[in-house]
Amino acid sequence: MSTTVDQLFVSLKHWLVGLVPEAWQTIASILLSIAPILGVFPLLFAITTWLERKGLGRIQNRLGPNRVGPFGWFQPIADGIKMLTKEDVVPRSADHLVHFLAPVVLIVPVLLAYSVLPFGKNMVAIDLDEGVLFFFAVGAATELSVFMAGWGSRNKYSVLGAMRAIAQMISYELPLVISSLTVVMLTGSLSLVTIVDRQAPVIFGFLHQWNVFTPWGLAGCVLFFIAATAESNRTPFDLPEGESEIIAGYLIEYSGFKYALFFMGEYLGLFAISSLGITLFLGGWLAPFAFLDWIPSYLWFFLKLFALICLFIWIRGTLPRLRIDQLMNFAWKFMLPMTLINVAVAGLWYFSREWGGIPIRWFMCAFCIAVPYVLLGRAVEPRVARRIYRYSN
Amino acid sequence: MLGTGIIKGMAETARNFLGSYTSEDRLPTVQYPEEKIPAKENARSFPFLVHDRNDAEMGLRCVACLICEKECPPQCIYIVKDTIKKPDHTGKLQNHPKIFDIDISVCMSCQICVEVCPFDAIKMDTAFEFSTTDRFGALLLHKDQLAKSNEHYQKIHPTEAAEVDARLTGETAKAEAKAKADVEAKAKAAVEAKAKAAAASATTPANV
Amino acid sequence: MSFPFIITAALMLVSAVAAMSLRNLVHCALCLIVTFAGLAALFLQMNARFVGFAQILVYIGAVAILILFAILLTRSSEMKTGQLRVVPSSWWVGIAVALVTFGSLALAVSSSTLLKHPPSEPGIVTVKQIGFQLMENYVLPLEVIGLLLTAAMIGAALIAMREKQSP
Repeated sequence: MSTTVDQLFVSLKHWLVGLVPEAWQTIASILLSIAPILGVFPLLFAITTWLERKGLGRIQNRLGPNRVGPFGWFQPIADGIKMLTKEDVVPRSADHLVHFLAPVVLIVPVLLAYSVLPFGKNMVAIDLDEGVLFFFAVGAATELSVFMAGWGSRNKYSVLGAMRAIAQMISYELPLVISSLTVVMLTGSLSLVTIVDRQAPVIFGFLHQWNVFTPWGLAGCVLFFIAATAESNRTPFDLPEGESEIIAGYLIEYSGFKYALFFMGEYLGLFAISSLGITLFLGGWLAPFAFLDWIPSYLWFFLKLFALICLFIWIRGTLPRLRIDQLMNFAWKFMLPMTLINVAVAGLWYFSREWGGIPIRWFMCAFCIAVPYVLLGRAVEPRVARRIYRYSN
Repeated sequence: MLGTGIIKGMAETARNFLGSYTSEDRLPTVQYPEEKIPAKENARSFPFLVHDRNDAEMGLRCVACLICEKECPPQCIYIVKDTIKKPDHTGKLQNHPKIFDIDISVCMSCQICVEVCPFDAIKMDTAFEFSTTDRFGALLLHKDQLAKSNEHYQKIHPTEAAEVDARLTGETAKAEAKAKADVEAKAKAAVEAKAKAAAASATTPANV
Repeated sequence: MSFPFIITAALMLVSAVAAMSLRNLVHCALCLIVTFAGLAALFLQMNARFVGFAQILVYIGAVAILILFAILLTRSSEMKTGQLRVVPSSWWVGIAVALVTFGSLALAVSSSTLLKHPPSEPGIVTVKQIGFQLMENYVLPLEVIGLLLTAAMIGAALIAMREKQSP
């Protein structure tokens, strides 16, 4: 019974493909794989904008939007209508073709990235042997759109914002890729389906072996998500689009639907990277405990995605923005050495398989990560004296 | 340091988030216009005319002395005296304004008219929801729109109204006492005059 | 000469010519990126998946950004491109060199053994095989490339540092 519910969408797709005549079946299969992605994730984007505004509001001691529909549920629709009906202003001296193509060049690779993610058991659009490599390749292509947006606007703030944004994105790409390298190393395959399957075996009788339960997995997960926050330009790394710093950075000259496309591309990129993080470290569509396996796999996946979105919103409400030099310092002097040490510790974990039980290996590897963490943390901290408040008691 | 600050910050934010559902001071939003905060006592928006005894015409304290019209800096008050006279709180007959207009689109809420009025007739109101779609006439308030009862004044400025009321009742009591003393003195003088007349008429028949 | 190959080749040729001949330097760089993407498509058509995706990751994701940054950071005041002549006066030298290069390459390719005896089926190369080859047969070139890249990075850091220290 639970497998029927679990494989509901897979069997639905097979039945629908069976209805189509023989010659059209491949195309029908492809379209039926793509259509749910194109339907679900923009819907999730709309829900996330609502959730973000309400969540940030409550964190900041105020209500979020609550006038449009009960509890403001129709606010995303109102926002969408507003974006669609706004006048599309393009500066006269702007490079029209480049300015027009930039949102397109953002959205297309981001949507391509969803094709290798497994959303449930047997629910992946393409099972590529090099899924991880494909994902990072299309992720790198999104940086091009940032440059095109900044350059095409022919505006000093745009170019400055674009250069900062690109510098930030390429700096944080290294920790992102190297922290996912540890997972690939210990799984032995770049295919995302294989990575999830290798996390399926149950240890201690009830625990699925998520990668995050290992010391290198925990450190890797934290580093991956910090780098993911930076890659999708979210607070505390949202200097490229901070309103009080550089107005809107590379998005200044965009209005109406193109701005909505950039906005959507950023959030879709966030979902894609979160989904990759879930697949690599948090067990993909697996349940944490074996006795919870009856809950369908896609439900677990979206539950974890929802939890991560809430975590991102929570961090956004908590942390102030980092300056560009603080950001770059953090990437090159802290995150990169930590990820390299993480790779070494992952190797240690692998080669210490015969040495003893899991607790000994766990503490040894955790020690090997914690000591560099403390030392690097102290080294990177700015050396300022304690603040002396002269005029207040 | 080493990430503990971030954890502490996130705990505080979580407390804010959860507390906004339970406690009042973590969500101080007032959803205007469904909920309104009552105005403080020192609030002031535009002037209004006080009237006693629930009589909006004859109970107006204003005696059309024209002081507020002269003192108003943007000259937004327009008064025309009436020929009829009405008694005030001490019983003395006073003038009455036929027309009393204030243009609140000009009024700057400086309260000078309130400060100079010798009769406590004009006071500051706290209402602010005056927006209207009529550009040229709706913000010119006439006497019937400006006249509000003393109860309203007591509700919006309790301490001031209490002090004004105490003073006015004191004056009324003094005036009544004086009037009673006058009446008594007049009665006594009338009795004495009658006695003297009686004494005078008693002595004249002896001379015939 | 399959249909996808014809489309990809045509796209690459058009964008390569455009990258040479456009007036605006940034437009040239963007057309070069289209050429890189076409190259990646060609690799993918030959089932060389790792090389194809690595081409996108490295060339479009890093080299193209580098080219664009170089253009941006060194243009400063020169915004007018009207002074550039698209076709220089010694155009016949370029055509001669191109013909010589094409001729020698065509000769080499057409006389290669692979063209005379093509394999019966193109094997699918997995990343695992590439990894094993790199670690077993080609480990020395791998280490040399690593050293070269390290030297390049240290050199770049030194150049950037020296600019700050000089008064």
